[in-house]
Amino acid sequence: MLKIEGLFKQFGGFVAIDDVSFELLEGEKHAIIGPNGAGKTTFFNLVTGHLLPDRGSVAFQGEDITGRPPHRIVKLGLARSFQRINIYPRMSVFENVQVALIARERQELRFFRLAAGLCGPETSELLELVGLDEEADELAGELAYGKQKQLELAIALAENPRVLLLDEPTAGMSPSETEEAIRLIREIADARGLTLLFTEHDMTVVFGIADRITVLHHGEIIASGAPEAVRSDPVVRQVYLGEEEAANGAA
Amino acid sequence: MTGRMTRPVLAACLTVLVLLALVPLLESNYLIDLFNEIMIYALFALSLNVIIGYSGNVSFGHAAYFAIGGYTMAILLTTYEWSLLPAFVAAVAFSFACSAVVAYFCTRLTDIYFAMLTLAFSMLVWGVAFKWRSMTGGDDGFVGVDVPAFIAERVPFYYFSLVVIASAVAVLWVICHSAFGRALLAVRENPVRAGFVGINTRLMRWWAFVVAGTFAGIAGALFAMVHRGMYTESAFWPESATVLIMTLLGGMYSFFGPAIGAASLFLLERLTNEYTEYWPLVLGTILLAILMFLPEGLAGLAQAVRRQILRGR
Ligand SMILES: Nc1ncnc2c1ncn2[C@@H]1O[C@H](COP(=O)(O)OP(=O)(O)OP(=O)(O)O)[C@@H](O)[C@H]1O
Ligand SMILES: [Mg+2]
Repeated sequence: MLKIEGLFKQFGGFVAIDDVSFELLEGEKHAIIGPNGAGKTTFFNLVTGHLLPDRGSVAFQGEDITGRPPHRIVKLGLARSFQRINIYPRMSVFENVQVALIARERQELRFFRLAAGLCGPETSELLELVGLDEEADELAGELAYGKQKQLELAIALAENPRVLLLDEPTAGMSPSETEEAIRLIREIADARGLTLLFTEHDMTVVFGIADRITVLHHGEIIASGAPEAVRSDPVVRQVYLGEEEAANGAA
Repeated sequence: MTGRMTRPVLAACLTVLVLLALVPLLESNYLIDLFNEIMIYALFALSLNVIIGYSGNVSFGHAAYFAIGGYTMAILLTTYEWSLLPAFVAAVAFSFACSAVVAYFCTRLTDIYFAMLTLAFSMLVWGVAFKWRSMTGGDDGFVGVDVPAFIAERVPFYYFSLVVIASAVAVLWVICHSAFGRALLAVRENPVRAGFVGINTRLMRWWAFVVAGTFAGIAGALFAMVHRGMYTESAFWPESATVLIMTLLGGMYSFFGPAIGAASLFLLERLTNEYTEYWPLVLGTILLAILMFLPEGLAGLAQAVRRQILRGR
């Protein structure tokens, strides 16, 4: 589905992504984990066209998409959500999702087609799916954090992607919201036959969803494979899981 | 902004339209001229708001397209003796073409760089109007515009102006509330996310600029006819600032806000000039007050008051 070769990116002198090669297989639910600053978000930004790589290539379904702008990559069926809330705060929840549908249906240059009611049923359906149907008329910027995170997901789903990249979809959520979000993401991915690539710090989320895990550390892949294999990998335990356990122990 | 709002808005618009249509019954030349001017500037401010309120960019040079529409109209009607319809269509088309070219360059930039480039282009337009004396009359202005006989009188012209402006505002309303308008709001709110749902943000901003320039051209064409002339002041940067202030005063987050701003500023200016010569001082104070206390303008204030009343019940 997604094939990345020799991806390299530095900010100033700091190497954020160091020669990463990676393949995402059709239908899998793949987690990318790694400590803070490992380069996970940067990796997503490079894949989705938000940042230009210094070297390397990104191919989606066999097509080279390196250096294309996000709006063209999305149209191929590669959508993403964001780690930090990235919505339209002064628009209603309904409009937030509706705009994604308008763009997907290529209606954004229709000057004389009133927006009210456009893509209405599908918008409502998506809001219901993520549990935001009651908040449809509220301003997105005034939603509670957890709900904004769900809206984030609904916007990404509205693009009807084949591959969905989720950057820490449950970050900042309460444990019960997290549980609900995991259930939802798994359900949607299965129902729609989505290929999923996501980053996450919460290991219950990672092991609850992923059927393959890649570990990123200082911009390099240090391990990749089935969840159990990665969990027991000594290097991973040392640099990543170990760090977290140590942190948990200290806290 | 959603469907529920349409009905009261429509009722208010029809009321205003009827009231405006009744103005000539007052038989005051002063009032007819005043309201004609207000309508023209209302359209001008509404057009600017497509860039400001809808696409989220600030233009310091919007007067350029008003002036282009006005000068084209004046020159075609008078120098080349075109009749009304072709002259009007050509004036609007030329505003469209000029804003299309300028927008190509401006939309490569964002924020302050965008704003400064719009200013630079408007100075260019002003420079042409100022220097090309044989065509534009230079700093003496282009005087003695030939207005067709059937609308040469004050009252017929007023109704002509009313019909053209009302139609233009209606079309602009549809554009701003269309699928395009909605997507444009997304670009204003969050250009990065808009890109990630598949919207070509630069193309959207280009269109917003072109729509704004075209409708400013319509306002300018009417201006040239009502004044029977066109002057370099109309292309100069203070004119761009005035229409910007009108937009902010009325409220950029509301479609009709800028029209309210245009009317308020005009009436306030007339009133102030009756008593003092310090209009710029008053203008400065108003601007200060908007920026400090009314970031969403009069329309925003009205909305806040309405929300308070609803809550109080
Ligand atoms: N635009 C940028 N300019 C400069 N440095 C950047 C930029 N974006 C990211 N970085 C740096 O690159 C490194 C990787 O950041 P990135 O956000 O990709 O990490 P991450 O794995 O997503 O971390 P987290 O788990 O905290 O989200 C960090 O050290 C960060 O400071
Ligand atoms: Mg991150």
